[in-house]
Amino acid sequence: MYNSLTDRRNFMKKMATVSAMTAAIALFPDILFSGEPEKLLSESKGLDWKRSPCRFCGVGCSLLIGIENGRAVAVRGDPKSPVNRGLCCVKGYHSILSMYAADRLTKPLVKKKGEYVETSMAEALDWVAFNMKQTIETYGKDAVSIYGSGQWTIPDGYVASKLFKGCIGTNNVECNARLCMATAVTGFLTSFGLDEPMGCYEDIDHADVFVLWGNNMAEMHPVLFSRLLDQRLRRGVTIIDFATRTTRTSMAADKSILFNPQTDLAVANAICYEIVKNNWVNEVFVNRHCNFRKGLTQMGYGLEDHYRFKEKAEKIDFEAYKKFLANYTAEKVAKLSGVSAKDIKYMAALYGDPNKRVMSFWCMGMNQHTRGTWIQNLVYNIHLLTGKISSPGNSPFSLTGQPSACGTTREVGTYTHRLPHGVVTDEGDRALAAKIWNVPVENISPRPTYHAVEMFRALDRGDIRFMWIQVTNPMVTMPKLNRYRNGAEKAGRFIVVSDVYPTPTTDIADVILPAAMWIEREGMYGNSERRTQYFEQMVEPPGEAMSDTWQLIEVARRLGFKAQFYYEKETHIEEIYAEYRQHHDNEHHNMAPLHTLRSQPGVMWPYVGGKSTKWRYNSKYDPACTNGEAFHFYGKPDGKAIIWQRPYESPPESPDETYPYWLCTGRVLEHWHSGSMTRRIPILHRAMPHGYVELNIADAKRLQIQTGDEVKLTSRRGEIILPAAVNQRGLPAPMQVFVPFFDEDMLINELTLDAFDPISKQPDYKKCAVSVEKV
Amino acid sequence: MPIPYYCLSNFVHTGRFFMSIKSYLAHPHKGKKAELIRAISNIAQCEVIPAKNKDVLIVVTDTENKTADDELRERLENIKTLQLLVMVSGFDIPKK
Repeated sequence: MYNSLTDRRNFMKKMATVSAMTAAIALFPDILFSGEPEKLLSESKGLDWKRSPCRFCGVGCSLLIGIENGRAVAVRGDPKSPVNRGLCCVKGYHSILSMYAADRLTKPLVKKKGEYVETSMAEALDWVAFNMKQTIETYGKDAVSIYGSGQWTIPDGYVASKLFKGCIGTNNVECNARLCMATAVTGFLTSFGLDEPMGCYEDIDHADVFVLWGNNMAEMHPVLFSRLLDQRLRRGVTIIDFATRTTRTSMAADKSILFNPQTDLAVANAICYEIVKNNWVNEVFVNRHCNFRKGLTQMGYGLEDHYRFKEKAEKIDFEAYKKFLANYTAEKVAKLSGVSAKDIKYMAALYGDPNKRVMSFWCMGMNQHTRGTWIQNLVYNIHLLTGKISSPGNSPFSLTGQPSACGTTREVGTYTHRLPHGVVTDEGDRALAAKIWNVPVENISPRPTYHAVEMFRALDRGDIRFMWIQVTNPMVTMPKLNRYRNGAEKAGRFIVVSDVYPTPTTDIADVILPAAMWIEREGMYGNSERRTQYFEQMVEPPGEAMSDTWQLIEVARRLGFKAQFYYEKETHIEEIYAEYRQHHDNEHHNMAPLHTLRSQPGVMWPYVGGKSTKWRYNSKYDPACTNGEAFHFYGKPDGKAIIWQRPYESPPESPDETYPYWLCTGRVLEHWHSGSMTRRIPILHRAMPHGYVELNIADAKRLQIQTGDEVKLTSRRGEIILPAAVNQRGLPAPMQVFVPFFDEDMLINELTLDAFDPISKQPDYKKCAVSVEKV
Repeated sequence: MPIPYYCLSNFVHTGRFFMSIKSYLAHPHKGKKAELIRAISNIAQCEVIPAKNKDVLIVVTDTENKTADDELRERLENIKTLQLLVMVSGFDIPKK
């Protein structure tokens, strides 16, 4: 295509024109130009455009990828996608470059006498299988484990679960989504009995008010945030940013409201108090469709090994709940939260106004929270009390951070307690899985083993001896990192890492398997709105790189499970997906057939009667509703959602004299998660080359710190030196600092705390105590 | 005026690194579309594609370096008939 720089320049100008036309069409649907986008692109001879969901975040933008001579050379947003409508963010536009960095892993590496030695894939897989067998024989089946990812494709996660749970017989299957989405799951399960949002992105086109709960959407979900801003331009909607730090989202919002860390629990209860006090409760909805419960309190924070917690729900009535709320008046909560009573009442009035449709969005701010399940329950309470749920524009919406956190980890169920359908503790669910997997039902253990944090603790203790890590980088992302890195490096541990680039996690590996990434293989991702999207293999992987799916199949066969892993190389993805669909063959979760996925930019489950279900639990839109009423929360035995009584409780660690600042960690627009891909995209790396610590202006002045100065942060678990950023990208509140986690040379997780939500077991990366000093 | 939705995901590009090819949507002041088309068409580094039925134009710019790009941006923003200029995309061209 690009025989000369001039050709490439002209091509890029056409791409730029098409991008602008797509944006203009999104703004003015009936707009006309003298040339049309498709015509312009058809002039780009030699390019073969193929559709794929984006490799990065959980929004699930559909991309059109231009392939030329076996290489991905161009990206544009898919104008036919209902998700992104032709738009991309800066990561999406440059996503294909993440495949082509110079240090791509192309050959398996096996550690021998402390040195990595190149070997063939066949020999490396033999060595992996041999060590798994040896470990099982010596220490038992619960000594081997797999730690996967929300970036696993659906087939990757499915064969991992089948191998470990169905064939080997251990529930040592976990994934990094435990660090990002587990609380969203327990929030949905406790309130509604079924996981994942009831609504969809189309809610954005109907809502009048958007409340963002600790969600820097402008940087983390930029395409969706663009849709919010579009609605403001068209219809004058209101956007409220409710957060602990001033960000680009705050600057673009109509109103920015800051709260003290952890006090979102109290504010949510205060909003409910105001709703009740002002008679904004939708009584018909509540009476027909809701129950009231209270759970256990003072649960602890999971800081000790072997911590266990079991929720016990107690039935209460509306009057008891009202009595509980009386402790959360706006004035009282204002003192705790730092949010004025006026602002609390303002938010309550937005939710309470019967003429306004309201969406609540959240992501890591509510998920990475030691009382994360509670805060999700409380936001659902607001929507349930007002009846603003499961209908166009009325939607509590949990966003995901990874491309298939929903599709793979939550729907396939790659957690210790889960199966593709249901849980390991349920006899019927085990029987269904065993039947589809062609294994004796006794193979599937009814006992969950380790959640992610406890799995790494078990590796440290020596209870786990073998761990296979795929598509994730825990030696950057685990909290209290020093303990878990030291544990993984202890003698007698065998670590296999499948990845595309060297990372701090491949540094601890005994075997490094080069993986085929994204469009170098075939697969599916599932995004935040229950949309499953297919992508074909578009280019060849480099060297001996192999898909995670096929790596697992090869090892499974070496372990003697040929009958269960019968798939043909050419058709294995189709065969695996067909098998997987059997687990969800019911009207609550039916998945679309593969030929349907191939024909369009994704389908939302439940897929019933040839249609996606846009709004679950609403009988007007959801064929699974059978109670004869307007709404049916069929995830609960009596069809009713639960309004939970959940109090405010303080976090496990708060600033004190020695460590007087709050530390919050997170992401930046340019880099995705641990940066192993986006830091290899030159344009993104130049834009955001290293980590930093954001300080409040007054704190920086008092400490005589300016942007660029070296600053030492110290917590009870470690210390780190970073350059300061004062009033730059974001601005923390006084006595708070923010550090992004993308930089493997500045590992902020050496300072974070491994406390977690007792219900979801998800760690809290947003709150711990540090000291700050100029170096 | 609020930031139009279509530029938000990309406006972070500007100023942080250089992209030689950019596209914008240019919104003229009321009744000034023809004048705006003429003004931008006279700039060598710009190509203009006006919408047939709306008061908006696509502007594609092509510059050699960051200084030239900054100067062009300033020149565009000083056009009196221009109400709003929002970047939609930017592309980097490798030197080799």
